[in-house]
Order: sequence, then structure tokens, then C-alpha cells
Amino acid sequence: MSGKPNFQIPLEPERYELTASPVYRFEVDRREFFKFLGAGILIVGVLNNAHAFQESGAGKRPDESLPKEIGAWLHIGENGAVTVYTGKVEVGQNIRTSLSQCVAEELHVPVSKIQMVMGDTQLTPFDMGTFGSRTTPTMSPQLRKVAAAARDLLIGLAATEWQTDRKRLVAADGKVTDPETKRSVEYAVLAKGQRLTQTVSEEAPLIPATQWTVQGQSSPKVDGREFVTGKHRYPSDQKLPEMLHGKILRPGSFGATLVSIDAHEAQQIPGVTVVHDGNFVGVVAPTAEIAARAVSAIRTEWKAEPQPSNKELFEYLKKNATEGKDPTGDASRYEAGSVEKALASADRRLQQTYTVSYIAHAPLEPRAALAQWSGDNLTVWTGTQRPFGVRSELAEAFRIPEERVRVLMPDTGSGYGGKHTGEAAIEAARLARAAMRPVKLVWTREEEFTWAYFRPAGVIEVSSGVRDDGTIAAWEFHNYNSGASGIRTYYDITNQRIEFHPARSPLRQGSYRALAATANHFARESFMDELAHLVNMDPLDFRLKNLKNERLRAVFEAAAKKFGWGRAKAAGRGFGMGGGFEKSGNVATCAEVAVDQKSGEVKVVRVVTAFECGAIVNPDNLRNQIEGSNIMGLGGALFEAIEFENGRVLNGRFSRYRVPRFSDIPVLETVLLDRRDIPSAGAGECPMVGLAPAIGNAIFAAKGVRLRSLPLVPNGLQAG
Amino acid sequence: MAQVTKLNVNGTLRTIDADADTSLLSVLRDHLDLTGSKYGCGEGQCGACTVLIDGSPRRSCITLVGAVGQKQITTIEGLAQGDRLHPLQEAFLEEAAMQCAYCTSGMIMTAVSLLRANPNPSAADISHSMEGNICRCGTHPRIVAAIQKAAKALNHSMKESGQ
Repeated sequence: MSGKPNFQIPLEPERYELTASPVYRFEVDRREFFKFLGAGILIVGVLNNAHAFQESGAGKRPDESLPKEIGAWLHIGENGAVTVYTGKVEVGQNIRTSLSQCVAEELHVPVSKIQMVMGDTQLTPFDMGTFGSRTTPTMSPQLRKVAAAARDLLIGLAATEWQTDRKRLVAADGKVTDPETKRSVEYAVLAKGQRLTQTVSEEAPLIPATQWTVQGQSSPKVDGREFVTGKHRYPSDQKLPEMLHGKILRPGSFGATLVSIDAHEAQQIPGVTVVHDGNFVGVVAPTAEIAARAVSAIRTEWKAEPQPSNKELFEYLKKNATEGKDPTGDASRYEAGSVEKALASADRRLQQTYTVSYIAHAPLEPRAALAQWSGDNLTVWTGTQRPFGVRSELAEAFRIPEERVRVLMPDTGSGYGGKHTGEAAIEAARLARAAMRPVKLVWTREEEFTWAYFRPAGVIEVSSGVRDDGTIAAWEFHNYNSGASGIRTYYDITNQRIEFHPARSPLRQGSYRALAATANHFARESFMDELAHLVNMDPLDFRLKNLKNERLRAVFEAAAKKFGWGRAKAAGRGFGMGGGFEKSGNVATCAEVAVDQKSGEVKVVRVVTAFECGAIVNPDNLRNQIEGSNIMGLGGALFEAIEFENGRVLNGRFSRYRVPRFSDIPVLETVLLDRRDIPSAGAGECPMVGLAPAIGNAIFAAKGVRLRSLPLVPNGLQAG
Repeated sequence: MAQVTKLNVNGTLRTIDADADTSLLSVLRDHLDLTGSKYGCGEGQCGACTVLIDGSPRRSCITLVGAVGQKQITTIEGLAQGDRLHPLQEAFLEEAAMQCAYCTSGMIMTAVSLLRANPNPSAADISHSMEGNICRCGTHPRIVAAIQKAAKALNHSMKESGQ
């Protein structure tokens, strides 16, 4: 096996991100399409196999076994309106804006002229979901191709009309122009009376990033005005005539089964319907208040097995680890050279254990759904990152064909990887079927904290041998339960053994922004700091000595320069760094912390992040994402942890679960490295992975205390 | 149970029919279809439901409609003057002080009352006043910048109008 790890693979083995997808061909009935859209021009973009391969996350499937799929379509109406259809969804990452920029660039129309229809299973092509930082690397090129094909088609129509050579015509600002004759014609005129369709599958020539004029520029949030005026309708704001409100009765603990139920009193409340179906108990009522009152009037008895608590969590995960292959079939082990030999001959050796707690996404908009049945057809408006996945869940739950289910995803109050599932959609649909009226269900904050899912907790063991000159000779890294994302090291180490050990999780766990990359980077980059101190080297020099990758070196150097790495620090202050590679982005983070001598309170006062994700599509939105990643990451780094006991969450509300607030926010400085020669990668996740180790290392620099558990300081440092 | 039949919202006396112990947030959202105020926690901890009652910021999720009486309620929907946005709304757009924007209404309403009480707040003043409002996307520094920008615009327009 080669000693040089190839870490730049498009997908790290990952078990929590994805669920199996229905792989099928989406048939487009073109006549139906024009009936719905009106006349004009329709461009259908077919995903090439490589895209389908990446998007479905089907890691081991050979390319040729996948059918071609449609990625997006674009319609130009007789009035010149440009409508783009994509299964991707908007949860605040601003892809409605960045994808519009891609189309505007290639089609040569202003961003404001483009309407994006997103995440509607009836109108948009199938899409696995919006996660894994895949929108920019996969959907952007799709839309660019589709838009470029539309532009070429329009030029062709004008050339035919004018009986001239298409090569001399140019498209700009929604028009095709002949520079020699000065004739020009608007797209709307060209589209008039047409029923033209074109399928795009081959690699169409796109405008190179070096010549971008719309992309690469900051473009304000599309529909921003709707949001600042309160007009935008989130899933929880949806309404229908005759709508009723639903509420679910939750068991007292996870995995409980219903033993007995007495709903007599609740059923006496006017307008209330109680729905009891196996372990499902819910009510429908004219208002949310009455629904809540009815639920509290139902007496139930539940039976559950004893379950572990957060106090014994890490022992539990180690004890319940499954050895060998990851059951999902992903590669979970990497080995190169001989770790044993290298360890034996190293000058110094170090072994440490790191832990990460379960944390909650706590999206400010909790799960919400509005469900409506019309005969056997079901329509659900809900906030989810996987509308097509939720459609499958609904079809399965109600044993109806997927064609009878429509899921619509209004732009939603965030997700962070926490809204991949359709619990509220299924619950609302079950209640609506019983009530024979549309039913809205909005989870309470406590429900969102308890009955969604968590970022996996984990135990990570690292051991290494170094030579006195700072060369890392051996590297062994074991992750129990938290996940394989970002598990491979980007440092050049000849002898390594890296393994992910799935375990039985006491809590329901799933995707979370950056996934296990946060945990794995925390362990790796904290350990790098420890090794640097072991060989008396500056942590930056030590990293660079063991790092060949130019892109990663560039961000470390850029962050250190901006931060002023190596300058003198005040008493009680400490500097730390962390960084890495994830989802095709490169990040380095430097943090300064201040530790209060009396109270032991740790405050992160300044964070400098250098980030590079290829060609930048929208610089201001990229900065926004990087700032947001750091602030969200601050919570998991410093104080967020789910406390649980015997199948119950003990701190499932904002008064008991601390999230970052204004006074926690450090000065954030961002250095963007724009690589127009490298395809754009997504940026919603990678920027957060360097923060936790940077803070931990800074605390060590300030006080000499080495913290190896996330969260680092839920109760501050010990005073003194 | 006592019923509430009238509510002063955004300068208009609205007719409602709600139990006095219904939360103001539910009345605004479900009875009056003013969905700009958001549910985020139900315990007054996140600020997404913030409205002004006689000019003071209040958490509508823990305010009972029966306790409001004839006081003036202002929600995010009542902030713009026709098509003219409030300077805070403008500033939030200019500073891109939002991602998912679910917290935005509550942020803006809290900031409206802050700027009335303190027309020239420092970054620390803003941070202190906004502490009860949660943004999970992490746009806090932009929100602070937007509030400062709006403060300047408001002070400028007050000078212009000779106040």
C-alpha cells in the first residue's frame, strides 16, 4: 500500500449523512410541461453519471450501473420570464441566490429576472437532498450548463430568423444582438409561440471563472425584502382553509411502548379528535391551544427498557463498538506502512483520548408540517433538507405510491443537517387523514430538542511517534461512533492506521453540519498541538514540516499572518490554531482566548479564519457562511452538550441548553483565498472544523491546561 | 373563560375572539394571520416572537392576550411605511444580516426599541440589549453592524427633519 495518503477523494466514507435513495429515471412528459408552464423554451439538464454517482453517495456502486438522471430544468416563457427548477432547497445558506447567479451568468440575464422553483417534488427533478456541501459543486455546474444551452438555443433561433451566421451573434442582457447590423431581439420575442425542448448532457462549454462577471461578485439575498418585512411564509406559517391544528402525545422516554391509554376526557373537549394508532397518539383541534390542552388530558402508561445516561456515555460507546466493517459498507479502515515498527523506532511517543458529546442542531424554526389529503393524494408543506426523501417516507408510512405524494419545501428556518427526516410530515398527515381536514403541526422547542436527532457523540484515540526533528513517523487514529467524515489525515505520514468503529448509540443520531469532521479535526489538531509541544516546536512550524499540500499550507500561512501568530500575548491570554480539509475546502483557524483569573471563565476574543474553496461564487455570502460556521461551532466547542438519562433529555430547552449569544461572539476576521483555477466547492461546513481545536490549543497556551473533551468548558476553567 | 374581542395592532383596532389566556403570539399568527412574529421556544428565551407593546419589546409567546388590553401592539408587519422600509429593515438588507432569517423579525423589533432608548449605541450596548435574541445561523456581527448603520441613518433623518 502506498505510504502517501490520497485524502482528496470526493467523498469521505460517511455513514450518517445519507440514506439509501430510490434510483430511478424521471420521465418528463413534455406536453404536460408546456401545458403547465405555457409555451416557450424548455432546457432539460441530464446529470452525467459522475454527478449522479456523487450525489447519491452510493460509494461503491460502479458508474455504469446508474441510470442517467435529470438534474434541473429551465424554462423561458413567452414573456421572457426565466424559471429554473431544482430539487435543492433553501435553508439560509443562500443557494437560491448563488444558483441564480450561475444562471444569470451563462444566460446573460439579470439575477432579478430569474425565478427559482426549489424542492417541490411535483415540479422539480428528483434530488437526493441538500447536504454535504454538494449544491455548489454539483448543482451549480448543472444549472450553468442548462443556462448555457438555453443561451445557445436562443442565439440559434435569432440566427435562423435573421438568416445569418450564429457565430457573429452575441447574447447580453436578455437579448441576442448582431453587432454588425446592430439588430437585436429580446429572449421573450424568440420564445414566443415556441414549444422547443432541448436536453443537455454533454459537457457544454462554460464561461471560465476568470471571466465571470456575475459570479465572483457579492449578490444580495434574493427575496431579502420578504424576510425583513415578515412576509415570507416559512413551513410553520403555512395555512389552508378549514385547517385544524395537531399535537402529538410523546412517550415518557425513548423507545417506549404504549401499555394503556385513557382519552375519554380529551374526547369530551369540543372540536377535538383523538387519534390512536399503535404507539402513535395525537389530537386534532380547532386551535393549537386546545390541541395542547387535549393532549395533556390524555392519560397514558408506557413501558421502556432502562437506558444509559450521559455520565456513562463514553464507556458505553467503547463497550458497544462493533469491530470490523462498517455495516453501511463504507471503507472504515485505512492502513499504510507499519505503525508498530515506526512507533518502536520513534524518538518520542504520545497517546491521548478525546471525546465529543451529543449536541442538538436547534434550528430556530422547529419541525413543522401542513398536510392535506385529497382522496388518496397527499400534499405536505414541510421544512426538510430532503423533500424527495420525505416523500418516500410518507409513501411508505401510508402505503401509497410516491406519485400520490407531493412534498413542498418553503424556504425554511434553517437545518444544519438536522432536518433530513420527515417526522412532522408523517404525523401531520396521519392526523389529517383521521380528521379529513388539512392539519398543521408545529413541534415545540422541547420536541425539537428531544425527538429530532443529535450529532453523534464519540471517543477518539490517537497515538503517534515523532522524531526529534519534528517528523511524524507513526499515526494511529480510532474513532468510536462519531463518524468517519474527515477521519483521514492530510499530514504526510508514512506509517498510519486509521479506523472508524461504529457503535450502538444510546440516542438517535444523524447528520449535522460538518458531521464527524468537527470531532476528527478536534482530536487530530489538538493532538498536533500536543506533539508540537512534545518536540519543542512552534505549532505552526510543526504542522508545516509535516504538510506538503499546497492549498492547506496556504490557508495555514494566511491565517497565521493575519492573526499575527508568534507575537507576544498578555497574561491570561492564549493563542491556538487548528485547520484542515473537508468537503473540498481548506481552512485554517487561529483563536485568541482570555481566561478570567478569578472566575475561570473562558472567552474567545478573536478568531481569524483563512478559507479556500476554489473559485468564489459570492464573496459576501461566503464570509457570512464562514462567520456563521464559527459562531455555530463556538457552541459545540465551548458549552453545548445534551444531558440525558434513562431515555429522557434533561436539558431540552433554550433556558437549559446554552447556545451562542451576542456576548459570546468574538471579533471574527476572515481571509478568503480565491482560486479561480479550481472548481467551486461548497462552504457551509468546512469552515467550522478548525475552531474547536484552535480554542482548545489557545486555552492550553493561556493556562497550561489541556482539555480533550467537547464541549471544552461547559462550566469554565477551575479558578486560579 | 374571559374572552378578548379587541386588539390594537399596527395602528388598527382588530376584532378577535380569543380566550384571555391565549398567548399573544398565537392570536397574532393564527387569528390575525400576522405570521412575521415567530415561535422559537415558548419560554421567552429566544426573542423570535418579539413585538412592541406601547413601544417596549415583549415576548409575545409568554404574553397572554388578556393582559394586553387596549395597548398598542407593533409587529414586524407594521414597521414599514407603505413601500418605505424602516431604516433597520434597510440596514439588515444592506449588511446581509441574516441567513435563514427566521430570527430577523424578532431582532429588528428588539433593535427598534433599543434605538428609541439609545440613539447612539456602542457595539457593547447592542450586544447587551440583543442578548435575549438567538440567531442560530451566526449572523450576530452583521446584526450589530446593521443596528449601528440604522442608528446613523435614523439620526441623520432626524437632523434633516429638524428634530
